[in-house]
Amino acid sequence: QKVSVEVLEHLEHLALVDFRDAEGVQRLQKAIQFADQLHEVNTDGVEPMDSVLEDRWCLYLREDDVTEGNCTKELLENAREKVEEYFVAPPGNIPLPKLEERETFLQGS
Amino acid sequence: VLNRRCVEAAVMTGLALNCSINKKSLFDRKHYFYADLPAGYQITQQRVPIAVNGSLSYSLCIDNKMSQMVTKTVRIKQIQLEQDSGKSLHDDTRSQTLVDLNRAGVGLMEVVMEPDMCCGEEAAAAVRELQLILQTLGSSQAVMAEGQLRVDANVSVHHPGEPYGVRTEVKNINSIRFLAKAIDYEIQRQIEELENGGTILNETRAFDSKLGCTVPMRDKEGKQDYRFMPEPNLPPLILYDAKSLPANMNHQQVINIDWIHERLPDLPSVKRKKLVEQYGILPEHSFTLLNEDGLAEFFESVVKQTQMKPKKVIGWILKDLLSYLKQHSLTVKESPVSSFVLADLLNLLEKKEISSTAAKQVLAELWKGEGKTPLEIVKEQKLELLQDQKELEQICQAVIDGHENEVIMMVLG
Repeated sequence: QKVSVEVLEHLEHLALVDFRDAEGVQRLQKAIQFADQLHEVNTDGVEPMDSVLEDRWCLYLREDDVTEGNCTKELLENAREKVEEYFVAPPGNIPLPKLEERETFLQGS
Repeated sequence: VLNRRCVEAAVMTGLALNCSINKKSLFDRKHYFYADLPAGYQITQQRVPIAVNGSLSYSLCIDNKMSQMVTKTVRIKQIQLEQDSGKSLHDDTRSQTLVDLNRAGVGLMEVVMEPDMCCGEEAAAAVRELQLILQTLGSSQAVMAEGQLRVDANVSVHHPGEPYGVRTEVKNINSIRFLAKAIDYEIQRQIEELENGGTILNETRAFDSKLGCTVPMRDKEGKQDYRFMPEPNLPPLILYDAKSLPANMNHQQVINIDWIHERLPDLPSVKRKKLVEQYGILPEHSFTLLNEDGLAEFFESVVKQTQMKPKKVIGWILKDLLSYLKQHSLTVKESPVSSFVLADLLNLLEKKEISSTAAKQVLAELWKGEGKTPLEIVKEQKLELLQDQKELEQICQAVIDGHENEVIMMVLG
């Protein structure tokens, strides 16, 4: 079963990945095939597993003790642009260039 | 890592809203790209939230008359724990967005309601009651203007008997007043659109409080695909009750639903009932008392310090005190007249040392907050009621003598 161009484009948009060439798409198809093997197991009436540790894996509930912080300066060093203590971002998400404008394998499909 | 306080707050709120608490709830990742979500996903509870199937009762005045109140209920679909994103400030003039990440990752409770409400007024009343409940529980200060309580309204219209229409989501609502306005505007907009042969898009719109209308929001066109997946770093959240309490676990790691239930404070609806039963005031009075922060406590304090019956005291609280505070935009805490001083004044009235008109005059003077006692003002302005029978007779006789003609007219009928 091949993955359709629509699905590939949708995935590129959602995850910002670039399948780039036929080999990339092939790898994706193989990965899906590999994962599909899970369907061969009959899981009727079996609750999905959260972890191999089962009930022994407990969610740790933390108290509200302040143990770190006050590192504004270091955090803001990560910013390419800043205004006072704000990170600067474009006004909205910059849309992915349309299929025709991208250099991608999917163009040829 | 999840903090304990979040879970306690969610359980308390779930219990207060008559929900079933899920003893096992799960965490998921919701993926989308936005500048205020640096990780590219938000941790939420999409599959199994912490609480489900509750209800919230609220009251409305019919025809704006406080004396006719009707009780309505809205079903609570679920309460889920999730992470907050950062805060975006849009700077359209410079074509940029400023992002403050201080609140990113902080725990939130999302309360999802069923579409049981039919207009802005109902939604506003329901949210107001929710606000009071949250404040009573201590789950949140729930001040909308500060973003402590955020409300997104989902609106759709349909003809009676037909299925629900396409809904739009309205965001950027900063007060309960605006909530009602935004919803009523959106209902009208959708009706007009449909009557003109148009269709409603399943979109997200923002409320513009200056223009009083909703506008489509950028970046929220079309249906989002969030690619939900179980959060790999957080195991299931397990809650216990008296029966299932584990023997060998660290206390600090155990949350007992029954223990929390036993310690829930009186909810607003219960407080109102108690006020009505204890003091013989009307239900609508109890609503007003609870609607103003500190007013119920003020009222009870005055009642304790005066012989005047609560049914009479309430009039002074709701008419004289409250209207003055409102006129001067003061909170109860900021009142220049304390409960002690007001009780003092009402005692003078109750003992018939002054008339009701005189009492209002004294109160007007007391608002100045000059520190004079009611008795001092009464003496200053000579407002004492004459108790001496003889003196009264003399005055009446003098009046009658001075107005012979009018007296003759009256006697003749």
